[in-house]
Amino acid sequence: MHEPRLITAGEAIREATDLAMAADPSVVLMGEGVADPKAIFGTTANLSQKYGPQRVIELPLSENGFTGIAIGAAMNGLRPIIVHQRVEFCLLAMEQLVNNAAKIHYVSNGAHRAPIVVRLIVGRGWGQGPAHSQSLEALFAHIPGLKVVMPSSAADAKGMLLASIQDDSPVIFIEHRWVHYVKGHVPPGMQTVPLDGPHRLREGDAVTVVSNSYLTLETIRAAEELAKEGIAADHFDLRVIRPLNVAPIVESVRRTGRLVTVDTGFMTYGIGAEIVSRVMEQCCMQMRASPRRLGLPEYPTPSSRSLAAAYYPRSPDIAAAIAEVAGAPAARIASLRSTLSADRESVPLDIPHHSFQGPF
Amino acid sequence: MNITAIAPKPPETPVIAASAGPLALYRAMLRIRLIEEEIANRYSAQEMRCPVHLSIGQEATAVGACAALRTDDQIVSSHRSHGTYLAKGGDLNAMMAEIYGRETGCCGGRGGSMHLFDDRVGVLASVPIVGSFIALGTGAALSFRHANQDRVCIVFLGDGAIEEGIFHESANFAALKKLPVIFFIENNGYSCYTNLEDRQPVRPLADVARAHGMPSVQIDGNDVMAVYAATSPAVARARAGLGPTLIVADTYRWREHCGPNYDNDIGYRTPQEFESWRARCPVETMGANLMAQGTLTKTAQAELATEIGAEIDAAFQFAIGSAFPDPATARDHVYA
Repeated sequence: MHEPRLITAGEAIREATDLAMAADPSVVLMGEGVADPKAIFGTTANLSQKYGPQRVIELPLSENGFTGIAIGAAMNGLRPIIVHQRVEFCLLAMEQLVNNAAKIHYVSNGAHRAPIVVRLIVGRGWGQGPAHSQSLEALFAHIPGLKVVMPSSAADAKGMLLASIQDDSPVIFIEHRWVHYVKGHVPPGMQTVPLDGPHRLREGDAVTVVSNSYLTLETIRAAEELAKEGIAADHFDLRVIRPLNVAPIVESVRRTGRLVTVDTGFMTYGIGAEIVSRVMEQCCMQMRASPRRLGLPEYPTPSSRSLAAAYYPRSPDIAAAIAEVAGAPAARIASLRSTLSADRESVPLDIPHHSFQGPF
Repeated sequence: MNITAIAPKPPETPVIAASAGPLALYRAMLRIRLIEEEIANRYSAQEMRCPVHLSIGQEATAVGACAALRTDDQIVSSHRSHGTYLAKGGDLNAMMAEIYGRETGCCGGRGGSMHLFDDRVGVLASVPIVGSFIALGTGAALSFRHANQDRVCIVFLGDGAIEEGIFHESANFAALKKLPVIFFIENNGYSCYTNLEDRQPVRPLADVARAHGMPSVQIDGNDVMAVYAATSPAVARARAGLGPTLIVADTYRWREHCGPNYDNDIGYRTPQEFESWRARCPVETMGANLMAQGTLTKTAQAELATEIGAEIDAAFQFAIGSAFPDPATARDHVYA
């Protein structure tokens, strides 16, 4: 039995891809840059040398076309992994994902399958700007037939990617660029992590907190500080955006009577909106405070670091929101904010901070 | 026209046995014609409650092209898919039941007329988003390459679909990888009610293939033997690993874009234009040629029509007599 090793989520993604390709000749890797020297931020490094151009297919700039090509190949038994270096490039392929990938199993009354994985990378920082940093999981999660997965740890990045490749449904696998840097203990070998919904990262009875992707890491830090203040968050990492398993969250809210959601995407019509709606439909009368959502504001992501400074929810904002919902006095909230803000003083806001890189 | 010039029998028996002679192609066209006319006749009963896009007038393209294929080859097509589905050997009962929304339909009533498939005979999919299916067919060809099989896929598209980016994306990739796919344009000159001249510059449609470095040919799409003669070498080329071919087959849609009626009175095309194409009816022309050659007699033609008519009646009875799908199954198969 091997011991889990400490590797980054980016390395874990590469390892999962390598293992899946070694185990199953029907797995092919396709994308713009999968075989180039940068190899999708290293996540496909050396795979083209190992598996050759028939299985690691460098693609022309034809997002909708090659997505349909992957779906057609998948209907005949291949398991393509498509990679986009930014979420936005995949917007050109929405037609194929929505009209074909999501529906082919349903419309054929179960006869056809489209087992594709679409890896999308959310950019952030270093002036990425309005068209290189959107976290658009809500767009994909709106469509029945698609699965949407967002890992926040190295172990989940590996295990859930393996599970996604083995899944017979199309899976949109959304990687936050800053999650690529996160280190964690990852078991070696073909160890899948089921796509079964939220994981509880911290148990508490004060406030139910649901976060996803990179903001799970900021929420972990916020919850640590809240615990010192005697506010015990019941913290879930959502992990699977669709199909949404809301049961553990509802069960938690029945105990806490309080709910905060933290999204990497736009708040309006976002994941938090869906979670709050589902929870309120089931346990509205057990709420002790109004729910609260955190997410991106009502404007595109600006490039300049001065304009972007207040754009993203950060651990001080998350801690403050949770404390407010918990009914903490203003002075304690201010103190939490200042403690967590001090975390970041040594590092500019537009690059990832070491305190959010684990190991988790 | 030399209607005896039929290629040798391909390795696997095709659904329309081109090797059985031109009569088989004639019969296949006549069958599609009679099926679609019966759909048109019965449509006003409002029991077929889904859109229908009839290919009456275009039978030679589907039949001539599919005659060049083996059963294990695949096709994909668009919203106007009855003809190609039937020409490739798709089950008539399952098609009619699908149009009637019955559980015995090819999609169990989930797709309707525009989502026909039959895995037994290589009808992979039809998708009613213009251009969308071109990539699916190109992907099917990629899967054949991956599995080291000598199968091919014909993508049936219309003249409108070459205006879509996905056509050029797929053609570029297919040419780059020399995939076993044939882009078969059924050029009926109209996208719904807008004619080609209002949508594209004047140039031979087949010339778009040059931009993608693939051979192309433009043919009379109402001449089933010409269609077969053009498709066969393209299929052989694809099967040999030499890559895709673009075929432009000029033809004409007799009835309205969607529905059972003639629409020459609404102002986007003239009755004279329609009459000129009707005079070139692919089914009648082929029938007349066969009679002139002595391959077909009036009696044999009437017997064919009677035999096909009985099959059609049985298919409509099958569809109408089938149950509707259980509403409780509407949520099934969202995820595999």
